[in-house]
Amino acid sequence: MSTASSLGIALLLGVAFGWLLERAGLGNARKLVGQFYLTDLTVLEVLFSALVTAMLGVFWLDRLGLLDLRAVYLPETFALPQALGGALFGGGLVLAGLCPGTSCVAAATGRADGLAVIGGLVLGILAFNSAFDWLRQIYASTPLGPLTLPELLHVPAGIVVGTVTAMALGVFAGARRLRVQP
Amino acid sequence: MTRYADPYLAGAGIGVVLVAAYVLVGQGLGASGAFASVTAALTAGVVGTARASASPAVAPYLPNGAASPLTDWLVWELAGVALGAFLSAWRAGRLARTIERGPGTGAPARVMTAVLGGALMGVGAKFARGCTSGQALSGGALLSVGSWIFIVTAFAAAFAAAPLARRLWS
Repeated sequence: MSTASSLGIALLLGVAFGWLLERAGLGNARKLVGQFYLTDLTVLEVLFSALVTAMLGVFWLDRLGLLDLRAVYLPETFALPQALGGALFGGGLVLAGLCPGTSCVAAATGRADGLAVIGGLVLGILAFNSAFDWLRQIYASTPLGPLTLPELLHVPAGIVVGTVTAMALGVFAGARRLRVQP
Repeated sequence: MTRYADPYLAGAGIGVVLVAAYVLVGQGLGASGAFASVTAALTAGVVGTARASASPAVAPYLPNGAASPLTDWLVWELAGVALGAFLSAWRAGRLARTIERGPGTGAPARVMTAVLGGALMGVGAKFARGCTSGQALSGGALLSVGSWIFIVTAFAAAFAAAPLARRLWS
């Protein structure tokens, strides 16, 4: 595929992604942080219904021979820095009220707090880059390569896909219950 | 002002967009990678391309760097996210020049915590090699081990930090 058409597809997929995030209300920091005070579970509902839809989609497309999963980019696992990164990210998320993607949604719809989060992201990345000599050892530690849960657990992919789907349905049932009786 | 969409319907829609990305371009959606690209371009603009390229943290994100085709894609995708969000909010009557904040939080305090939170997420996303979009969603759907480590630790940290930040939001 040519670069220009690939970038055109990037723009179109982004438009659909941004539209859906805004429709769900995730450009609003107050609504988003409600997740962590259990007053609004939209984040969990949107994230896990998207994740399960995509997971089932690629699983079955691969099974039916319509998609070569080996040709899809799988991020490499670095266990320790990713656990550390997740912890820093989660703390930052509660302060910011927006994640990197939804900060763009907030900014594009007029919310100045979205712009402030974008500024903070750039500052954080600058700080990381400046201190890279010191952080490099942790950053590059515990490399496990491209690794999936079925490979790690030595079970068929279908078992993991089924388990994640069942867990998500359990979470959804709990979320709906909380929604009915706030 | 239109009501927000059903979260399950919006989520399933995002899942379909993600599958389309896997099928059409062989990679998922992302956001923090685009910020890394923009930051690298800013760095090169300030200190010059030669000095910026000397940094192993910056070089992959510069044109012709190792991560360049991938991150160019992410910059366009994120520009699309902003455009799509604008169009959606415009159609729904939700465009507003405002600062979303808790009832007891002043605008300056909200902006300061937003910058601080953004900076923490920036560092975290660098260590994790991605954020909610690139790791949690796109890598999570592919059952990547690192993505699920990120999902668990990010949610655990957010729930642990939430009581400390309660005054900010309520």
